[in-house]
This record gives sequence, C-alpha cells and structure tokens, in this order.
Amino acid sequence: MSGSLTSSSFPKNASAALANPPLLKAIAHIEETLVSGRRRAVDALPEFEALRDAGRDIKAHTLKHIDLYLETFERKVVEAGGFVHWAADAAEANRIILEICQATGAHRVTKGKSMITEEVGLNAFLKENGITPVETDLGEYIIQLRGETPSHIIAPAVHVNKEQVAADFRRAHADLDPTRNLDEPVSLLAEARGVLRERFLSADVGITGANFLVAETGSTVIVTNEGNGDLTQILPKTHIVLASIEKVVPTLEDVATIMRLLARSATGQEMSVYTTFSTGPRRADDPDGPEAFHVVLLDNGRSAMLGSEFEDMLRCIRCGACINHCPVYRSIGGHAYGSVYPGPMGSVLTPSLQGLEKSAHLANASTLCGRCESVCPMRIPLPKMLRHWREKEFERHLTPKKARFGLAAWRFLAARPRLYGVATRLAAWSLARLAGKDGALGQVPLAGGWTRWRDLPAPEGGTFRTEWAKRGRK
Amino acid sequence: MTTSKPRVGLFVTCLVDFFRPTVGFSAVKLLEDAGCEVSVPPAQTCCGQPAYNSGDRAGARALAEQVIALFEGFDHVVIPSGSCAGMIKVHYPNLFSGEPAWQLRAERLASKTHELTSFLVDVLGAAPMLVAWEGTATYHDSCSGLRELGVKAQPRHLLSAVDGLAVREMRDPEACCGFGGAFCVKYDEISNAIVDRKATDVRATGADLLLSGDLGCLLNIAGKLKREGSKVEVRHVAEVLAGMTSGPAIGEGRK
Repeated sequence: MSGSLTSSSFPKNASAALANPPLLKAIAHIEETLVSGRRRAVDALPEFEALRDAGRDIKAHTLKHIDLYLETFERKVVEAGGFVHWAADAAEANRIILEICQATGAHRVTKGKSMITEEVGLNAFLKENGITPVETDLGEYIIQLRGETPSHIIAPAVHVNKEQVAADFRRAHADLDPTRNLDEPVSLLAEARGVLRERFLSADVGITGANFLVAETGSTVIVTNEGNGDLTQILPKTHIVLASIEKVVPTLEDVATIMRLLARSATGQEMSVYTTFSTGPRRADDPDGPEAFHVVLLDNGRSAMLGSEFEDMLRCIRCGACINHCPVYRSIGGHAYGSVYPGPMGSVLTPSLQGLEKSAHLANASTLCGRCESVCPMRIPLPKMLRHWREKEFERHLTPKKARFGLAAWRFLAARPRLYGVATRLAAWSLARLAGKDGALGQVPLAGGWTRWRDLPAPEGGTFRTEWAKRGRK
Repeated sequence: MTTSKPRVGLFVTCLVDFFRPTVGFSAVKLLEDAGCEVSVPPAQTCCGQPAYNSGDRAGARALAEQVIALFEGFDHVVIPSGSCAGMIKVHYPNLFSGEPAWQLRAERLASKTHELTSFLVDVLGAAPMLVAWEGTATYHDSCSGLRELGVKAQPRHLLSAVDGLAVREMRDPEACCGFGGAFCVKYDEISNAIVDRKATDVRATGADLLLSGDLGCLLNIAGKLKREGSKVEVRHVAEVLAGMTSGPAIGEGRK
C-alpha cells in the first residue's frame, strides 16, 4: 500500500488493509509501545490534567491573536539575520523552497521529518525540478525507499516490519555486503546511519519542519529522537524551515509547558531525545550552523479555519495520541485514509485541505467513541468536529441517497408515536417469529452489513410499550 | 406518603423498547425499589441520536422537542443507556443554540436527566437490591456513558452487592466495541475488526457473563460472541441488579 490511495475509495482501502496480515501485525504493536507508554507517563505525572488545561489555554490565546504573534515572530527572525516567506498555499510554498534551493545552486538536499512537507507534496515537486531530497529520519528514509507515504504522523513506517526493511536496504544500498546480518533493528539502524552520514556531510540545503515557532525570540523548535534533525539543519549552508502558521506560540515558557505534554502524549517519553532551537543563521562566534536561515510560513486553508467551528483543530501539536487510541486506525492503519494525516485529527483536517466531496467518508468512518478527545493533550473536541463535517455533508446533500432515504423514513416514523408503535410492534413480532427458538438470527433482510459478521439477537417479542400498557401501567 | 416520592420519567430507549423490554422492566423495578414513582410516557420514540450523528441537525432537533415536551414535567428523567442519556444531557442544549427559550428548556431537562446506574448511586444513594447471581462477570464500559457522563464506578459498585457474583475486568474495558450506530453497517468490516477484539478480550477473562449499560454495545458484542459459538451470557446490567434473569440472555434461544 502506498500514497496512491484516495479518501474517496476509503471502504475499499479498508477492506484491503483488513486482508493484509503483516500490516495488521505491525499496527498491533501500537498498543504495547505508544499506548502503554503514554499511560505510564501520564500516570507518573500528577499535574498532567492541569497541564492539558494550560496547553489548551496557551494555544487558544495565541489563535485569538495570531496576527500579532506571527508578525512578532517575523520581526525577530529578521533581527536574527534570517528570512521569512509567507506562502498562501502548497504551490507557493513549494515554489519558494525551490527558488531558495536554485539560488544557492543546491544539488543535494537533506530533510528532517516533517508532515507539513508531506502536506504540500514537497518531495515530488523538488524531484520534478531536478532535486531529489534525502529523508534522514529512519522511518521516513525507509518509506522513501519503498516509495510510500507516512502511515502515521510520528511513526511514518509503523506499518512496516523489520524483515521488509532489511529487504528494502538490500535492494537500495548498492554497496551492501550480501552476507551482512540485518536481522535485528540495531543492525538496520547501523546500516541506515552509515548511508545517511555521507548524505548529511555532502548536503547543500537542509529542510526541516517545526514543532514550535517562538514569537518572542524568532526561534524555530524541532523535537526528534534520532538527532537527524540537528545534522540536517546544522551541517548544510542553508537551512529552510517549513511550518504552518498555527505552530506559533508567544514565549519560550509556553514551549516549555507544551513540551511537557508533547512527548508524553506521543510516545510516553518525558521528553524527546533531542530538542533543537534555531535562531537565525550562524553568528560570528558560533562553532557551527547554516550561513542562511529561511522560514516559510504556510497558511494552506488554516486562516479560513480561524473563527469557524474548526478553529479548535488549530491547537493540534501533532502528537498522534488520537491516532494511537483510535479503534478505526488500529484496525486498518494510516494508508487506508488516503490522506496525508490519518486517524481522528486527519479526518477533521483533511476535508479542509482536499475538499469535503473527496473526503466525506473520513468523518463518517468513526464510532464517535470519544477516546481521541479524552487523550488529546490540547483537549480538542474531535468527535464534535467530525459531527460538524457530517452536518456539512448533509446540508450539501452529499450524503448517499440510500442513507438519506433511510434517515428520512425513520424520522417520519419517530415523529409519529402511534404509527411508530404499530410499525415497531409488527417488526419486533416478525423478527421474533423468524428467530423462533434460536434467539438470534444469522440472516436478516436489509441487515447484511450486520449479519455478514455477527448474529442479530432477536427481539423478545412484544415491545416494551405494549407490554407496559398490557399491565395497565402508565 | 406517596406524594413525597421522586417522580421519575423512564425514557426506555428505542432499542430497549424494540429488542429487550426486560431491561425496561428491570429499570422500573430498580427505581421503584429505590422509592421512586415511575411513569413511562407512551408517546416516546427515540432521542434523535441517529439523526444527530448523521449530520441531520434539523431532524435531531425535531425529535429533541418531542422528548423535551414529554419529559420536562418530571422530577428526574432516567434512561437505561449512557448513549441516549448523553444525547439529552450533553448534546440537546447545543441543538438549540441561538434559541434562548428552547435552549433553557433543553438545559433544564439536561440537568435532571440521568443514566440509570448513575441515578441510583449518585442521586439516590440507593441501597442495592438483595439479589444473587452465581458466577463471574466482566463489564464493558460503553463509550458515551464513560466519556460523556463519567459512568464507571457506579455499575461496579452496585454489582459488588450482588450475592455470589465476582467481577473480573477485561484487558481494556474502556475500548469501544465498534457499534457506533450506523457505523456498524456503513463500515461493517471495520466494525467487525473492532468487535472481534472486544469479543477476544471478553473470552480471555474466562467470565461466564458480559454486562454493560447500553443495549447497542450489548447487541453488537452478543451477536459476535454468538456467531463465534461462545457460551458467554450477555445481559444489560439492570437485569442482574433487578434479579430479572429468568428469561434467555441477549441472543440466547428459549429452552
């Protein structure tokens, strides 16, 4: 499976995922790694719930005054000797980045892990223009070799097992000794590290995303576990940061607060292994750093979410907790969504990015169980926003005809209690008769979606309201 | 003095009305035993959740008006379902935003609406009925009850008084069962994958009885267990608490 899947073929994608045992085995690991990791980290921090309130409040405040904080950020970047570019959409961001690369005569580009570059399709665009960027995060590197897109926002290769990675390395690494043992994750890591080290040293431009943009200092911040982000941004002559506008926070203190939530929610770590602040290019007395520092600020539909029912989504810090705890994601993995961002946060964001017409399945493919909201460090009401998309779908008459008709028929009956009473009494009686002594039905007309997988427990016979009336009760 | 009894309107729910009246009668028994005067307004149908979760706000609103008018006269409204209680308690007021008169009525109704076990424990502080069940049960926390209304300890507290009953928790009782209303037929393959995990967790406990407070979840899990040939009995928690367990369990045949 790869990035060729679309959201409009979601049911088909899901079927294929459910018939893919290695994929199901790979995503089953999320439970014992990310989910139990988060639980342990949260249980060990008594103030976690209070921190969630604080994090939510910081982001909500920032969004109310986002113009002010972005302008302050821009001023501070420029004061530090960097450049800020404003990109309204994906095409503009890609063009700006290509121009910077071309102006520096870049041939070799390295990249830190960044979902925002996935959102704008930067790799494909640069490749069309003669520059092939090398992903340096291990997971990203693996899926780049496989020609896939990330199936998870913080664990892009979570769908791949180690045998597949070994095979990919043997295929892609021309110098690899065929007798070399690649059975263990640590030997895979060593192999990737050897190859990537050379790429780091020869890169002309390094591109990263940002977890935070700090208004008071003009700093960009990334967190990684492999240190690849540091090598991507320190070694090349030019460092380009691509970040969406809602990444801005007012102060370093705010970063510190949200950082306490981020890694705990994502992987269960207290902090990621590396946290890197970049403030402008290398200064005269700095031991290292890039000669040029560019920040590309991307809107891509976000300012339209401000003041709408989707504004709360802009608080998202991309920890992936909602994804890890989602029963749907855990059943089918990320690629089936056919979108850049999978899981609950993806199902809320995607219709804004690619249009509701192409992605209406995503908001519907949820049980609305609410576990996403209960683990979200930013307390984003994800189920409420999924329901908003369903309302927009219904308003625009995008709901499939069959579902619309069924809903209308049910609504007609439910608003007419007498008729409803007669209809339900008849239906309950018929189903009970049909089941006979069995108590459950293996097949029921019009209920194929149910009985394909489970029996339908039969009604007891009479409806409650009839039985109640029979007893002379009110 | 009968007049000093709290007047409770029982919203039986469309699923209980259709599939399992025993749950309704169990709820009545529990409420009357706890000293309530129980009425069942005959014109009740559905809380409107199917429309609400399908994006049909106007349809949901129309049914919400019907429910508000039927139930606003009671001291309390009690529902043997976390899902339907959550609809009234959490979502009704949102349906009427921008309409102060209706919103006030929705908020008033919301404030006196309760899920059954939460009402018995948190509002009445009722002593459990003296009932017995010999065996081991495991309890599935339904999503809306748990996450919208905080129903978690209440049913377990009540079950702890059932003579002979032990409760053995499953691996992840708070995981969704995959029902999700229309979701279970619209995305039936995914729903199946989710309920399959739930059924596996239930069986792994070795319990002979699965309980929960929402009939939607129970029909789903019972249907899956039945299809797999499992002998685990499935019942609404109210049935066991009221001692109304002489009839067949959910999906079980008559002997």
